[in-house]
Amino acid sequence: MTVKSPPTVAPVFDDGSTVQIPTLRILQADGTLISGAQTPELAKELAHKIYRDMVYTRILDERMVGAQRQGRLSFYLTCTGEEASVAGTVAAFKQDDMIMGQYREQVALRFRGFSTEQFMNQLFSNAKDLGKGRQMPVHYGSRDLHFMTIRSPLATQIPQAAGYAYGQKLAGNNACTLCYFGDGAASEGDFHAGLNMAAVLKSPVVFVARNNGYAISTLSSEQYAGNGIAARGLGYGIKTIRVDGNDILAVYAAAIAARNIAVQEQRPVLIETMSYRLGAHSTSDDPSGYRSAEEEDEWRQKDPIIRMKNWLINQTWWDESRDEDLHKNYRKEILEELKLAEKCPKPPLSDLITDVYQDTPAHLLEQFESLEKHVAKYPDSYKVHGENS
Amino acid sequence: MTDVTRMNLIQAINNGLDTAMAADEKVICLGEDIGKFGGVFRATSNLQEKYGRPRCFNTPLTEQGIAGFAIGLAAQGSVAVAEIQFADYIFPAFDQIVNEAAKFRYRSGDEFNCGGLTIRAPYGGGIDGALYHSQSPEAYFCHTPGLKVVIPSNAYQAKGLLLAAIRDPDPVIFFEPKAIYRASVGDVPNSDYELELGVAEIVQVGTDITLLGWGAQMIQIGKAAELAAAEGISCEVIDLRTLLPWDRDTVVESVKKTGRLLVSHEAPLTGGFAGEIAASIQERCFLSLEAPITRVTGIDTPFPLIQEKQYLPDHLKIYEAIKSSLAY
Repeated sequence: MTVKSPPTVAPVFDDGSTVQIPTLRILQADGTLISGAQTPELAKELAHKIYRDMVYTRILDERMVGAQRQGRLSFYLTCTGEEASVAGTVAAFKQDDMIMGQYREQVALRFRGFSTEQFMNQLFSNAKDLGKGRQMPVHYGSRDLHFMTIRSPLATQIPQAAGYAYGQKLAGNNACTLCYFGDGAASEGDFHAGLNMAAVLKSPVVFVARNNGYAISTLSSEQYAGNGIAARGLGYGIKTIRVDGNDILAVYAAAIAARNIAVQEQRPVLIETMSYRLGAHSTSDDPSGYRSAEEEDEWRQKDPIIRMKNWLINQTWWDESRDEDLHKNYRKEILEELKLAEKCPKPPLSDLITDVYQDTPAHLLEQFESLEKHVAKYPDSYKVHGENS
Repeated sequence: MTDVTRMNLIQAINNGLDTAMAADEKVICLGEDIGKFGGVFRATSNLQEKYGRPRCFNTPLTEQGIAGFAIGLAAQGSVAVAEIQFADYIFPAFDQIVNEAAKFRYRSGDEFNCGGLTIRAPYGGGIDGALYHSQSPEAYFCHTPGLKVVIPSNAYQAKGLLLAAIRDPDPVIFFEPKAIYRASVGDVPNSDYELELGVAEIVQVGTDITLLGWGAQMIQIGKAAELAAAEGISCEVIDLRTLLPWDRDTVVESVKKTGRLLVSHEAPLTGGFAGEIAASIQERCFLSLEAPITRVTGIDTPFPLIQEKQYLPDHLKIYEAIKSSLAY
């Protein structure tokens, strides 16, 4: 009834391959603009912040992968190669817009103001971790920074973001939700449920599909047969754009426009950022088993951080010596905080039973009492992992 | 104006939702066909008309989407009351309920919660609904820390427990006995009242055996108790009302007095919630028990159609089990 469709007498089938979805690009690898491209309005101060946070995240990721290899933490996941897809989007949003991410968007959290100490506390599951040491490394969250705690199941945040944004719409405060996920997650049922609900119920949410070519080892060609993730946005009646995810200016320009649509028109938007996961899926993965070094090298030439640096230098907003200092200072800061967080005590056993419910029910208190007695009887057998004493 | 109105169970649900929406503009109802149509069982009749479409609306046909959307709403600070049209169709939402709603507060260290969430779903047999319009899936959810599971058995409870569930600070799965939506009629206060979650109701005081159940099964238990009374057997009847967390103390006290316990539910025997109750009660009442704890439940098959009557744990099966327990 609500489908606009002219009648036809010929039985012609369509698989959507005639529909072109262009990719927005502004910056070239050398930091110069593509001819005819328009730069978005981006103040020097904000450009510096975006760049610093991307560099910070790259160094954090390198450092923590190293720490994992040294056996200092159990697990880690990098944002490497996709920093611009995330930094360029988050920079276009307001501080009280909610972010609901997947797990590869630590640069967004950094942009919001998450400190090195806070990153380390979560990674080392210590007593200062806001998540009370309950989740694996990289499952960050912060109420103050409007960054919803990361969870391991994929795509569950997508219908939740649609609902969260609907609540923001009813509250009438002109805030919106920024929701990240990957190309693999977009195969989950929750993706389809979430996008359709957001479209039908007109939720002010901006979905960012980070298409990085891989879901662990599974290539995009084994993930979907259609025209990427963007084509699905069209199917759901969602305003959709595809951008070069390694081009900070293109991502930022798209995100500014997307937020305006979401808030002013009170409807969802889908951005597909085309990028590449330069690192392994996680520290438990070795990409050499499924992709070539040549392929990786090809993408290293398109590194989003180098591209932004070249642009900043072309603008005379940056130089190599400042860049070296920035790298040196971040390396030092991260190493220092890492050492402190490692030594910080782990959360108390009592944290095991809090927050299951707002108030701990009697049956759980009883189970805990019994557990406590047992642990007290055999203290040497129940030392907390990573605790020094 | 009278203080009570005679209404059936579904009208009490509707009245409870109306009361909650009138009292708090953050309360939002969502689900399939719940808008103008008022839901396939009429639980949301007139609510869209009264409170507007933004607060009472139809969703696309996607249970996982409804659950996820409602969790997001609750996390944002709204009070989300989602309807799953039949409990049999809650399984696409299982991941959202078990991995998301139940763990939202815990995994974030209380940085975030979705305590404003209530998921309502009609459950149970007795309507010729066969495999997919008859199931009692409560045990799956009772196995999930972080959820509360509530099942009313009459109109008065339906309104009071629903209001308590909606305002509870934790996510609640609220199963409604659809077989008695219209058959169960009673006086329901017009006022805004809550019945405390986690508290069982002693429906009938007795001395020889404790009969325990919830939801529509309370009708069968009541009939069986009457049959037993005619033979001079005094049954104590308890309606659990909340399954998670359940009121163990009330049941323990009763069993210590009667020495016998019978638990009845429509769901299949193996892995059913009666098993959990039996295990807990034997731990605490071992020396008081005069007979093994008895379970009268559905058998371990999918829910049948043409043999529904034979499948269901009716009053006669309960009556026979009472006599066996007494004769042990």
